[in-house]
Amino acid sequence: MSKIPLQFRHNGRDVAIFVDGGTNLLVALRELIGDMTPKFGCGQGGCGTCSVLIDGELHLSCLTLAETVAGRSIETLDGMKQGPNLHPLQRAFADNFAAQCGYCTPGMLMAAKALLDRNPSPSREEVVEAISGNICRCTGYEPIVNAILAAAGGRASA
Amino acid sequence: MTRHRGRGMASINYPIGMNLGGDPSQALVHSNPSGKFTVALSSIDLGQGMKSVTRQICAETLGVPVEDVYVDTADSDTGPHCMGSFASRGTHRVGNAVMAAAREARGVMMEAAAEELEVNASDLETDGRGNIHVKGAPHRSISTKDVAIAAQFKQGKTISGRGIFLVPLSNVDPETGEMSPATCYAHACLVAEVDVDDETGEVAMVRMDSAYELGRALNPRLVEQQLVGGAWMGISHALYETPEPYYPDPVHGPRDFVEYLMPGPGDICPHDIAVLERPAPDGPFGAKGPGEMCANPVLPAVANAIFNAAGVRIDDLPITPEKVLRAIKAQGGARPQPRR
Repeated sequence: MSKIPLQFRHNGRDVAIFVDGGTNLLVALRELIGDMTPKFGCGQGGCGTCSVLIDGELHLSCLTLAETVAGRSIETLDGMKQGPNLHPLQRAFADNFAAQCGYCTPGMLMAAKALLDRNPSPSREEVVEAISGNICRCTGYEPIVNAILAAAGGRASA
Repeated sequence: MTRHRGRGMASINYPIGMNLGGDPSQALVHSNPSGKFTVALSSIDLGQGMKSVTRQICAETLGVPVEDVYVDTADSDTGPHCMGSFASRGTHRVGNAVMAAAREARGVMMEAAAEELEVNASDLETDGRGNIHVKGAPHRSISTKDVAIAAQFKQGKTISGRGIFLVPLSNVDPETGEMSPATCYAHACLVAEVDVDDETGEVAMVRMDSAYELGRALNPRLVEQQLVGGAWMGISHALYETPEPYYPDPVHGPRDFVEYLMPGPGDICPHDIAVLERPAPDGPFGAKGPGEMCANPVLPAVANAIFNAAGVRIDDLPITPEKVLRAIKAQGGARPQPRR
């Protein structure tokens, strides 16, 4: 099968790769770009840890065909921190003990960023709704919800 | 169709670690020429905080800042032996081993410092900020870094220590079957409130209030994190998770996260936790362990709350809507019990 040339923006940088037809975006990001921050969890859209933003919108990269992102802008956790400084969401996750094993954390952070980018001061219910496609096995979700609210400058927890 | 509110309570007595083979864990502590210390363990930190708590225990025992201690875990090729991270044994077993190793390393460190300061080691104390000085004379001082350098390059000593924690073997009494499976016990009590829908059989968590007695909380935030997350696992065991819904018949087992159910962020409830600290005599700085026991009281408390709400006693986990509905149907409708 012939390779398809593909160009898109990856965390603000133009990238060009060749993909096989049918390659999903998660594999393209991890194996061809070398960005290991989107994680492979279930591979069928059930866990949310592969979440990325496509033109600012939250998507599951394991269910997205790589060729459909031609010319679009992809954001992953790798591009979240601002120079040497953690993004406020990352800082809030650390302060609120919102990660234990850490496997769900990239997806949780991207889901949270997608929310705060369009709704800077969400209610607790809106935060719960925003991360409801992401599974966490360790924290019981409460520290994650608290961290997102704290980053939004809403109800501080702790 | 009615939603019935019910309240249930459960108390547990949880053994820390186990008796099998003496349940040993070992630790090795050594200083580097920079004056920093490395703790070598085979024990695994999978997010529960083993690295943080053993780092604290080592720093406190050595008398050095916590920043000066690095914990190297989870390599059974190069680390000393550990039974593993389970049975709520990490803080207690591994912590005790680290404490013993750090105590031995501290002895060598103080001897090396004594040689440099030309005093008796028993006259020295650490200030916890990286210095060792003569008791009552803080100006007669040497940094742990300089002691490490002197030991390494001048005195030809390794500042190091070995530690093991081993439970004395408890034999089974042939007459009574009695034995002592653990050296200390943690305790918890949890009250759960649920809503039971008598048309769908669904159980919704309303709130939880709990008290946990787990020895001394060496890192209170990590303890709280364990208790919050563990209670979620308890809800999941009680109401959602199973690989074999018709056990022992293996059919209809879940194949993915759409069928293997767990509570999502919208299914949790407010949980008020009180931590009671009763130091364990044989724990490192009095610690027991908040591991598995943080999930345990949730299951019986939820089962009791469902009985209180609808009068159905379900003793088969998880308590799925199907089981609740069949039980309600079998007794001819929900029979709410007196609320206590």
